[in-house]
Amino acid sequence: MDAIADYLPLIRQGFVTTVQVTILGAVLALVVAFALGLARLSTHRWLRWPAACIVEFLRGTSLVVQLFWLFFALPFFGLQLTALFAGVLALGLNEGAYASEVVRGSIASRPRGQTEAAIALNMTPAMRMRRILLPQSIPAMLPPMGNVMVDLLKNSSLVSLVTVADLTFNAGLIRSSTGETALIYGIILVLYFLLSLVISAIVALLERRFSPTRERRPLLTALTGRMQGVS
Amino acid sequence: MIWDNAFAISILPDLLRGLVTTVQITVAGMAIAAVLGLAVAVFRYLRIPVLSQILGFLVYFVRGTPLLVQAFFVFYVLPEYGIAMSALVTGIIVIGVNYSAYTAEVYRSGIEGIPVGQWEASTALNLPRGRTWIRIVLPQAVRRVVPLLGNYLIQMFKDSAILSAITVYELMSVAKAIGQSEFRYIEPFTIAALLFLIVSVPCTLVLRRLETRYGTVH
Repeated sequence: MDAIADYLPLIRQGFVTTVQVTILGAVLALVVAFALGLARLSTHRWLRWPAACIVEFLRGTSLVVQLFWLFFALPFFGLQLTALFAGVLALGLNEGAYASEVVRGSIASRPRGQTEAAIALNMTPAMRMRRILLPQSIPAMLPPMGNVMVDLLKNSSLVSLVTVADLTFNAGLIRSSTGETALIYGIILVLYFLLSLVISAIVALLERRFSPTRERRPLLTALTGRMQGVS
Repeated sequence: MIWDNAFAISILPDLLRGLVTTVQITVAGMAIAAVLGLAVAVFRYLRIPVLSQILGFLVYFVRGTPLLVQAFFVFYVLPEYGIAMSALVTGIIVIGVNYSAYTAEVYRSGIEGIPVGQWEASTALNLPRGRTWIRIVLPQAVRRVVPLLGNYLIQMFKDSAILSAITVYELMSVAKAIGQSEFRYIEPFTIAALLFLIVSVPCTLVLRRLETRYGTVH
Protein backbone atom coordinates (compact mmCIF):
# COMPACT_ATOMS: atom_id res chain seq x y z
CA MET A 1 0.00 0.00 0.00
CA ASP A 2 2.92 2.36 0.78
CA ALA A 3 4.17 1.94 -2.73
CA ILE A 4 1.26 3.85 -4.18
CA ALA A 5 0.58 6.27 -1.31
CA ASP A 6 2.19 9.08 -3.32
CA TYR A 7 -0.18 8.40 -6.16
CA LEU A 8 -3.42 8.76 -4.21
CA PRO A 9 -4.06 12.28 -5.59
CA LEU A 10 -3.84 10.81 -9.08
CA ILE A 11 -6.43 8.17 -8.18
CA ARG A 12 -8.66 10.84 -6.66
CA GLN A 13 -8.34 12.98 -9.79
CA GLY A 14 -9.20 10.01 -11.99
CA PHE A 15 -12.15 9.18 -9.76
CA VAL A 16 -13.52 12.72 -10.11
CA THR A 17 -13.10 12.58 -13.90
CA THR A 18 -14.87 9.22 -14.09
CA VAL A 19 -17.78 10.58 -12.05
CA GLN A 20 -17.90 13.69 -14.25
CA VAL A 21 -17.87 11.72 -17.49
CA THR A 22 -20.56 9.40 -16.12
CA ILE A 23 -22.86 12.23 -15.00
CA LEU A 24 -22.43 14.24 -18.21
CA GLY A 25 -22.87 11.09 -20.27
CA ALA A 26 -25.98 10.15 -18.29
CA VAL A 27 -27.58 13.56 -18.83
CA LEU A 28 -26.92 13.38 -22.56
CA ALA A 29 -28.09 9.76 -22.68
CA LEU A 30 -31.40 10.71 -21.03
CA VAL A 31 -31.98 13.55 -23.49
CA VAL A 32 -31.14 11.29 -26.44
CA ALA A 33 -33.26 8.47 -24.99
CA PHE A 34 -36.41 10.57 -24.66
CA ALA A 35 -35.88 12.31 -28.01
CA LEU A 36 -35.37 9.06 -29.92
CA GLY A 37 -37.82 7.01 -27.85
CA LEU A 38 -40.67 9.51 -28.28
CA ALA A 39 -39.81 10.03 -31.96
CA ARG A 40 -40.17 6.30 -32.52
CA LEU A 41 -43.65 6.41 -30.99
CA SER A 42 -44.67 9.32 -33.21
CA THR A 43 -47.47 8.93 -35.73
CA HIS A 44 -45.38 10.78 -38.31
CA ARG A 45 -43.41 8.43 -40.51
CA TRP A 46 -40.70 11.05 -41.18
CA LEU A 47 -40.00 11.21 -37.45
CA ARG A 48 -40.32 7.49 -36.72
CA TRP A 49 -38.09 6.12 -39.46
CA PRO A 50 -35.04 8.35 -39.06
CA ALA A 51 -35.17 7.74 -35.31
CA ALA A 52 -35.32 3.98 -35.87
CA CYS A 53 -32.34 4.19 -38.26
CA ILE A 54 -30.29 6.23 -35.79
CA VAL A 55 -31.05 3.79 -32.96
CA GLU A 56 -30.14 0.77 -35.11
CA PHE A 57 -26.94 2.45 -36.23
CA LEU A 58 -25.86 3.41 -32.72
CA ARG A 59 -26.73 0.00 -31.31
CA GLY A 60 -25.29 -1.90 -34.24
CA THR A 61 -21.79 -0.44 -34.14
CA SER A 62 -19.49 -0.80 -31.21
CA LEU A 63 -19.08 2.04 -28.72
CA VAL A 64 -15.31 1.81 -29.19
CA VAL A 65 -15.74 2.42 -32.92
CA GLN A 66 -17.99 5.41 -32.32
CA LEU A 67 -15.59 6.85 -29.77
CA PHE A 68 -12.55 6.44 -32.03
CA TRP A 69 -14.46 7.78 -34.98
CA LEU A 70 -15.48 10.93 -33.10
CA PHE A 71 -11.99 11.49 -31.76
CA PHE A 72 -9.73 10.40 -34.63
CA ALA A 73 -11.79 10.65 -37.82
CA LEU A 74 -13.88 13.77 -37.18
CA PRO A 75 -10.83 16.10 -37.21
CA PHE A 76 -10.47 15.29 -40.93
CA PHE A 77 -13.80 17.04 -41.43
CA GLY A 78 -12.26 20.05 -39.68
CA LEU A 79 -13.91 19.35 -36.31
CA GLN A 80 -11.46 18.60 -33.51
CA LEU A 81 -13.29 17.61 -30.34
CA THR A 82 -11.52 17.54 -27.01
CA ALA A 83 -11.05 14.00 -25.72
CA LEU A 84 -13.49 14.61 -22.87
CA PHE A 85 -16.16 15.98 -25.20
CA ALA A 86 -15.75 13.13 -27.67
CA GLY A 87 -15.97 10.65 -24.81
CA VAL A 88 -19.13 12.15 -23.32
CA LEU A 89 -20.71 12.47 -26.77
CA ALA A 90 -20.01 8.84 -27.69
CA LEU A 91 -21.21 7.55 -24.32
CA GLY A 92 -24.35 9.69 -24.35
CA LEU A 93 -25.30 8.76 -27.92
CA ASN A 94 -24.56 5.05 -27.55
CA GLU A 95 -26.18 4.49 -24.17
CA GLY A 96 -28.95 6.92 -25.13
CA ALA A 97 -29.83 4.64 -28.04
CA TYR A 98 -30.13 1.69 -25.66
CA ALA A 99 -32.12 3.79 -23.20
CA SER A 100 -34.46 4.97 -25.98
CA GLU A 101 -35.62 1.37 -26.29
CA VAL A 102 -36.43 1.45 -22.58
CA VAL A 103 -38.43 4.66 -23.03
CA ARG A 104 -40.23 3.38 -26.13
CA GLY A 105 -40.91 -0.06 -24.65
CA SER A 106 -42.33 1.11 -21.35
CA ILE A 107 -44.56 3.75 -22.92
CA ALA A 108 -45.77 1.35 -25.60
CA SER A 109 -46.66 -1.24 -22.98
CA ARG A 110 -49.16 1.01 -21.16
CA PRO A 111 -52.67 -0.45 -21.30
CA ARG A 112 -54.47 0.61 -24.45
CA GLY A 113 -57.43 1.90 -22.43
CA GLN A 114 -55.32 4.73 -21.03
CA THR A 115 -54.74 6.15 -24.51
CA GLU A 116 -58.38 5.59 -25.46
CA ALA A 117 -59.64 7.30 -22.32
CA ALA A 118 -57.34 10.26 -22.95
CA ILE A 119 -58.67 10.54 -26.51
CA ALA A 120 -62.24 10.28 -25.21
CA LEU A 121 -61.47 13.17 -22.83
CA ASN A 122 -60.39 15.21 -25.85
CA MET A 123 -56.75 15.48 -24.76
CA THR A 124 -54.21 16.50 -27.39
CA PRO A 125 -51.52 13.89 -28.17
CA ALA A 126 -48.89 16.02 -26.38
CA MET A 127 -51.08 16.34 -23.31
CA ARG A 128 -51.86 12.62 -23.37
CA MET A 129 -48.15 11.84 -23.35
CA ARG A 130 -47.24 14.39 -20.69
CA ARG A 131 -50.13 13.92 -18.28
CA ILE A 132 -51.11 10.28 -18.72
CA LEU A 133 -48.59 8.02 -20.43
CA LEU A 134 -45.23 9.38 -19.22
CA PRO A 135 -46.04 9.52 -15.49
CA GLN A 136 -47.37 5.97 -15.63
CA SER A 137 -44.33 4.69 -17.51
CA ILE A 138 -41.70 6.02 -15.16
CA PRO A 139 -41.90 3.21 -12.56
CA ALA A 140 -41.54 0.63 -15.34
CA MET A 141 -38.64 2.57 -16.86
CA LEU A 142 -36.56 2.88 -13.73
CA PRO A 143 -35.07 -0.62 -13.28
CA PRO A 144 -33.90 -1.06 -16.91
CA MET A 145 -32.77 2.58 -16.96
CA GLY A 146 -30.65 1.82 -13.90
CA ASN A 147 -28.98 -1.02 -15.82
CA VAL A 148 -28.19 1.35 -18.69
CA MET A 149 -26.67 3.82 -16.24
CA VAL A 150 -24.47 1.12 -14.67
CA ASP A 151 -23.42 0.17 -18.21
CA LEU A 152 -22.64 3.80 -18.88
CA LEU A 153 -20.43 3.96 -15.79
CA LYS A 154 -18.55 0.83 -16.83
CA ASN A 155 -18.21 1.98 -20.42
CA SER A 156 -16.90 5.34 -19.23
CA SER A 157 -13.62 3.48 -18.71
CA LEU A 158 -13.30 3.40 -22.51
CA VAL A 159 -12.70 7.15 -22.64
CA SER A 160 -9.24 6.35 -21.26
CA LEU A 161 -8.48 4.95 -24.74
CA VAL A 162 -8.79 8.46 -26.19
CA THR A 163 -6.53 9.92 -23.46
CA VAL A 164 -9.15 11.22 -21.01
CA ALA A 165 -7.43 11.04 -17.62
CA ASP A 166 -10.11 8.99 -15.85
CA LEU A 167 -9.64 6.23 -13.26
CA THR A 168 -8.57 3.65 -15.82
CA PHE A 169 -6.15 6.01 -17.56
CA ASN A 170 -4.50 7.13 -14.32
CA ALA A 171 -4.31 3.53 -13.11
CA GLY A 172 -2.31 2.79 -16.24
CA LEU A 173 0.06 5.67 -15.43
CA ILE A 174 0.53 4.48 -11.86
CA ARG A 175 1.05 0.92 -13.02
CA SER A 176 3.81 1.84 -15.40
CA SER A 177 5.66 3.96 -12.84
CA THR A 178 5.29 1.71 -9.78
CA GLY A 179 4.78 -1.78 -11.20
CA GLU A 180 2.12 -2.44 -8.55
CA THR A 181 -0.21 -3.91 -11.13
CA ALA A 182 -2.45 -6.14 -9.03
CA LEU A 183 -2.81 -3.55 -6.27
CA ILE A 184 -3.68 -0.58 -8.44
CA TYR A 185 -6.08 -2.43 -10.71
CA GLY A 186 -7.60 -4.14 -7.66
CA ILE A 187 -8.24 -0.72 -6.11
CA ILE A 188 -9.92 0.75 -9.15
CA LEU A 189 -12.02 -2.38 -9.70
CA VAL A 190 -13.36 -1.90 -6.17
CA LEU A 191 -13.92 1.83 -6.84
CA TYR A 192 -15.91 1.08 -10.00
CA PHE A 193 -17.87 -1.54 -8.10
CA LEU A 194 -18.71 0.96 -5.36
CA LEU A 195 -19.81 3.52 -7.96
CA SER A 196 -22.10 0.97 -9.57
CA LEU A 197 -23.56 0.23 -6.13
CA VAL A 198 -24.21 3.96 -5.70
CA ILE A 199 -26.09 4.03 -9.01
CA SER A 200 -28.15 1.01 -7.96
CA ALA A 201 -28.92 2.75 -4.66
CA ILE A 202 -30.04 5.93 -6.43
CA VAL A 203 -32.29 3.92 -8.73
CA ALA A 204 -33.71 2.02 -5.73
CA LEU A 205 -34.48 5.35 -4.06
CA LEU A 206 -36.17 6.67 -7.19
CA GLU A 207 -38.15 3.46 -7.53
CA ARG A 208 -39.39 3.98 -4.02
CA ARG A 209 -40.27 7.58 -4.75
CA PHE A 210 -42.14 6.77 -7.97
CA SER A 211 -43.76 3.49 -7.02
CA PRO A 212 -47.51 3.82 -7.69
CA THR A 213 -48.45 2.47 -4.27
CA ARG A 214 -45.84 4.63 -2.53
CA GLU A 215 -44.89 1.60 -0.49
CA ARG A 216 -42.21 2.53 2.01
CA ARG A 217 -39.90 -0.41 1.83
CA PRO A 218 -36.81 0.24 3.95
CA LEU A 219 -33.99 1.23 1.60
CA LEU A 220 -31.69 -1.51 2.83
CA THR A 221 -34.25 -4.18 1.96
CA ALA A 222 -34.76 -2.58 -1.42
CA LEU A 223 -31.02 -2.67 -2.07
CA THR A 224 -30.36 -6.21 -0.86
CA GLY A 225 -33.48 -7.38 -2.65
CA ARG A 226 -32.05 -5.83 -5.76
CA MET A 227 -28.72 -7.52 -5.17
CA GLN A 228 -30.39 -10.91 -4.82
CA GLY A 229 -32.33 -10.17 -7.95
CA VAL A 230 -29.21 -9.27 -9.86
CA SER A 231 -26.71 -11.64 -8.34
CA MET B 1 -11.92 14.99 -51.44
CA ILE B 2 -11.98 13.76 -47.89
CA TRP B 3 -12.87 10.14 -48.63
CA ASP B 4 -10.26 8.27 -50.71
CA ASN B 5 -11.90 5.37 -52.49
CA ALA B 6 -8.71 3.70 -53.72
CA PHE B 7 -7.27 3.81 -50.21
CA ALA B 8 -10.49 2.39 -48.76
CA ILE B 9 -10.38 -0.55 -51.17
CA SER B 10 -6.69 -1.18 -50.50
CA ILE B 11 -7.21 -1.55 -46.74
CA LEU B 12 -10.37 -3.64 -46.99
CA PRO B 13 -8.62 -7.08 -47.01
CA ASP B 14 -6.71 -6.24 -43.81
CA LEU B 15 -9.89 -5.06 -42.12
CA LEU B 16 -11.74 -8.21 -43.19
CA ARG B 17 -8.99 -10.31 -41.62
CA GLY B 18 -9.49 -8.27 -38.45
CA LEU B 19 -13.20 -8.97 -38.66
CA VAL B 20 -12.47 -12.71 -38.84
CA THR B 21 -10.47 -12.44 -35.60
CA THR B 22 -13.34 -10.49 -34.03
CA VAL B 23 -15.77 -13.25 -34.99
CA GLN B 24 -13.39 -15.90 -33.64
CA ILE B 25 -13.16 -14.07 -30.32
CA THR B 26 -16.94 -13.83 -30.19
CA VAL B 27 -17.53 -17.52 -30.94
CA ALA B 28 -14.85 -18.76 -28.51
CA GLY B 29 -15.85 -16.23 -25.83
CA MET B 30 -19.51 -17.16 -26.14
CA ALA B 31 -18.66 -20.86 -25.84
CA ILE B 32 -16.97 -20.11 -22.51
CA ALA B 33 -19.82 -17.86 -21.38
CA ALA B 34 -22.48 -20.42 -22.36
CA VAL B 35 -20.84 -23.29 -20.44
CA LEU B 36 -19.50 -21.37 -17.44
CA GLY B 37 -22.70 -19.38 -17.04
CA LEU B 38 -24.73 -22.59 -16.97
CA ALA B 39 -22.43 -24.09 -14.34
CA VAL B 40 -22.70 -20.95 -12.19
CA ALA B 41 -26.47 -20.85 -12.53
CA VAL B 42 -26.88 -24.52 -11.53
CA PHE B 43 -24.47 -24.21 -8.60
CA ARG B 44 -26.26 -21.13 -7.36
CA TYR B 45 -29.61 -22.87 -7.69
CA LEU B 46 -28.39 -25.78 -5.56
CA ARG B 47 -28.00 -23.25 -2.71
CA ILE B 48 -24.88 -24.80 -1.22
CA PRO B 49 -24.11 -22.60 1.81
CA VAL B 50 -21.10 -20.24 1.44
CA LEU B 51 -20.27 -21.41 -2.11
CA SER B 52 -23.57 -20.06 -3.36
CA GLN B 53 -23.01 -16.70 -1.65
CA ILE B 54 -19.45 -16.44 -2.94
CA LEU B 55 -20.58 -17.19 -6.48
CA GLY B 56 -23.38 -14.67 -6.09
CA PHE B 57 -20.97 -11.96 -5.01
CA LEU B 58 -18.52 -12.77 -7.81
CA VAL B 59 -21.29 -12.52 -10.39
CA TYR B 60 -22.38 -9.21 -8.90
CA PHE B 61 -18.80 -7.90 -8.80
CA VAL B 62 -18.03 -8.86 -12.39
CA ARG B 63 -21.25 -7.20 -13.51
CA GLY B 64 -20.41 -4.05 -11.58
CA THR B 65 -16.93 -3.45 -12.99
CA PRO B 66 -15.73 -2.50 -16.49
CA LEU B 67 -14.62 -5.17 -18.94
CA LEU B 68 -11.68 -2.97 -19.94
CA VAL B 69 -10.29 -2.83 -16.41
CA GLN B 70 -10.85 -6.57 -15.94
CA ALA B 71 -8.92 -7.15 -19.16
CA PHE B 72 -6.04 -4.92 -18.01
CA PHE B 73 -5.99 -6.67 -14.64
CA VAL B 74 -5.73 -10.17 -16.11
CA PHE B 75 -3.43 -9.13 -18.94
CA TYR B 76 -0.87 -7.45 -16.67
CA VAL B 77 -1.21 -9.52 -13.50
CA LEU B 78 -1.12 -13.09 -14.82
CA PRO B 79 2.41 -12.80 -16.31
CA GLU B 80 3.65 -11.73 -12.85
CA TYR B 81 2.59 -15.16 -11.62
CA GLY B 82 4.35 -16.87 -14.49
CA ILE B 83 1.21 -17.54 -16.53
CA ALA B 84 2.02 -16.41 -20.04
CA MET B 85 -0.77 -16.41 -22.60
CA SER B 86 -1.13 -14.63 -25.89
CA ALA B 87 -3.21 -11.47 -25.83
CA LEU B 88 -5.82 -13.23 -27.95
CA VAL B 89 -6.27 -16.13 -25.49
CA THR B 90 -6.29 -13.74 -22.53
CA GLY B 91 -8.89 -11.62 -24.27
CA ILE B 92 -11.12 -14.59 -25.07
CA ILE B 93 -10.98 -15.84 -21.48
CA VAL B 94 -11.66 -12.40 -20.00
CA ILE B 95 -14.62 -11.66 -22.25
CA GLY B 96 -15.94 -15.22 -21.79
CA VAL B 97 -15.78 -15.05 -18.01
CA ASN B 98 -17.20 -11.53 -18.00
CA TYR B 99 -20.20 -12.58 -20.07
CA SER B 100 -20.73 -15.75 -18.03
CA ALA B 101 -21.82 -13.43 -15.21
CA TYR B 102 -24.60 -12.26 -17.51
CA THR B 103 -25.48 -15.63 -19.03
CA ALA B 104 -25.68 -17.10 -15.51
CA GLU B 105 -28.56 -14.68 -14.85
CA VAL B 106 -30.18 -15.66 -18.13
CA TYR B 107 -30.00 -19.37 -17.28
CA ARG B 108 -31.26 -18.64 -13.79
CA SER B 109 -34.37 -16.99 -15.21
CA GLY B 110 -34.81 -20.03 -17.44
CA ILE B 111 -34.41 -22.51 -14.59
CA GLU B 112 -36.75 -20.56 -12.34
CA GLY B 113 -39.30 -20.48 -15.14
CA ILE B 114 -39.65 -24.27 -15.07
CA PRO B 115 -43.06 -25.05 -13.54
CA VAL B 116 -42.89 -26.66 -10.11
CA GLY B 117 -44.93 -29.54 -11.52
CA GLN B 118 -41.92 -30.65 -13.54
CA TRP B 119 -39.84 -31.03 -10.38
CA GLU B 120 -42.70 -32.75 -8.57
CA ALA B 121 -43.30 -35.16 -11.44
CA SER B 122 -39.59 -36.08 -11.44
CA THR B 123 -39.77 -36.75 -7.70
CA ALA B 124 -42.92 -38.81 -8.18
CA LEU B 125 -41.19 -40.85 -10.87
CA ASN B 126 -38.28 -41.41 -8.49
CA LEU B 127 -35.78 -39.85 -10.91
CA PRO B 128 -32.38 -39.17 -9.35
CA ARG B 129 -31.47 -35.47 -8.95
CA GLY B 130 -28.81 -35.62 -11.66
CA ARG B 131 -31.20 -37.15 -14.19
CA THR B 132 -33.85 -34.58 -13.31
CA TRP B 133 -31.43 -31.78 -14.07
CA ILE B 134 -29.96 -33.22 -17.24
CA ARG B 135 -33.06 -34.77 -18.81
CA ILE B 136 -35.92 -32.62 -17.53
CA VAL B 137 -34.93 -29.19 -16.28
CA LEU B 138 -31.98 -28.05 -18.38
CA PRO B 139 -33.34 -29.03 -21.81
CA GLN B 140 -36.46 -26.97 -21.16
CA ALA B 141 -34.63 -24.11 -19.46
CA VAL B 142 -31.93 -23.75 -22.10
CA ARG B 143 -34.39 -23.84 -24.99
CA ARG B 144 -36.34 -20.97 -23.50
CA VAL B 145 -33.32 -18.71 -23.04
CA VAL B 146 -31.69 -19.18 -26.45
CA PRO B 147 -32.97 -15.85 -27.82
CA LEU B 148 -31.67 -14.04 -24.72
CA LEU B 149 -28.29 -15.71 -25.12
CA GLY B 150 -28.35 -14.56 -28.73
CA ASN B 151 -28.65 -10.96 -27.54
CA TYR B 152 -25.49 -11.39 -25.50
CA LEU B 153 -23.73 -12.96 -28.48
CA ILE B 154 -24.35 -9.80 -30.51
CA GLN B 155 -23.38 -7.65 -27.55
CA MET B 156 -20.15 -9.59 -27.16
CA PHE B 157 -19.38 -9.17 -30.85
CA LYS B 158 -19.42 -5.42 -30.36
CA ASP B 159 -17.71 -5.46 -26.96
CA SER B 160 -14.79 -7.50 -28.33
CA ALA B 161 -13.50 -4.20 -29.77
CA ILE B 162 -12.57 -3.30 -26.18
CA LEU B 163 -9.91 -6.02 -26.31
CA SER B 164 -7.95 -3.90 -28.79
CA ALA B 165 -6.70 -2.13 -25.64
CA ILE B 166 -4.75 -5.23 -24.58
CA THR B 167 -3.20 -5.54 -28.07
CA VAL B 168 -5.54 -8.23 -29.39
CA TYR B 169 -5.27 -7.80 -33.15
CA GLU B 170 -8.97 -7.68 -34.02
CA LEU B 171 -10.93 -5.37 -36.31
CA MET B 172 -10.53 -2.22 -34.21
CA SER B 173 -6.78 -2.72 -33.67
CA VAL B 174 -6.28 -3.22 -37.39
CA ALA B 175 -8.23 -0.05 -38.14
CA LYS B 176 -6.22 1.91 -35.59
CA ALA B 177 -2.91 0.55 -36.84
CA ILE B 178 -3.78 1.52 -40.42
CA GLY B 179 -4.82 4.96 -39.22
CA GLN B 180 -1.57 5.47 -37.36
CA SER B 181 0.72 4.35 -40.17
CA GLU B 182 -1.11 6.11 -43.02
CA PHE B 183 -2.40 9.00 -40.95
CA ARG B 184 -5.82 8.59 -42.47
CA TYR B 185 -8.44 7.71 -39.90
CA ILE B 186 -11.69 8.30 -41.77
CA GLU B 187 -11.56 5.29 -44.09
CA PRO B 188 -10.41 2.59 -41.63
CA PHE B 189 -12.76 3.66 -38.82
CA THR B 190 -15.75 4.21 -41.12
CA ILE B 191 -15.26 0.83 -42.77
CA ALA B 192 -14.82 -0.79 -39.35
CA ALA B 193 -18.11 0.76 -38.22
CA LEU B 194 -19.85 -0.48 -41.36
CA LEU B 195 -18.43 -3.98 -40.91
CA PHE B 196 -19.77 -4.09 -37.35
CA LEU B 197 -23.13 -2.92 -38.68
CA ILE B 198 -23.20 -5.42 -41.55
CA VAL B 199 -22.76 -8.31 -39.15
CA SER B 200 -24.80 -7.16 -36.17
CA VAL B 201 -27.94 -5.77 -37.83
CA PRO B 202 -28.88 -8.96 -39.75
CA CYS B 203 -28.13 -10.99 -36.61
CA THR B 204 -30.45 -8.73 -34.61
CA LEU B 205 -33.21 -9.09 -37.20
CA VAL B 206 -32.91 -12.90 -37.20
CA LEU B 207 -32.98 -12.89 -33.42
CA ARG B 208 -36.11 -10.75 -33.30
CA ARG B 209 -37.88 -13.29 -35.51
CA LEU B 210 -36.68 -16.07 -33.21
CA GLU B 211 -38.01 -14.15 -30.23
CA THR B 212 -41.46 -13.67 -31.70
CA ARG B 213 -41.53 -17.34 -32.65
CA TYR B 214 -40.31 -18.90 -29.44
CA GLY B 215 -41.12 -16.16 -26.95
CA THR B 216 -38.82 -15.07 -24.16
CA VAL B 217 -38.61 -15.34 -20.43
CA HIS B 218 -37.35 -12.67 -18.11
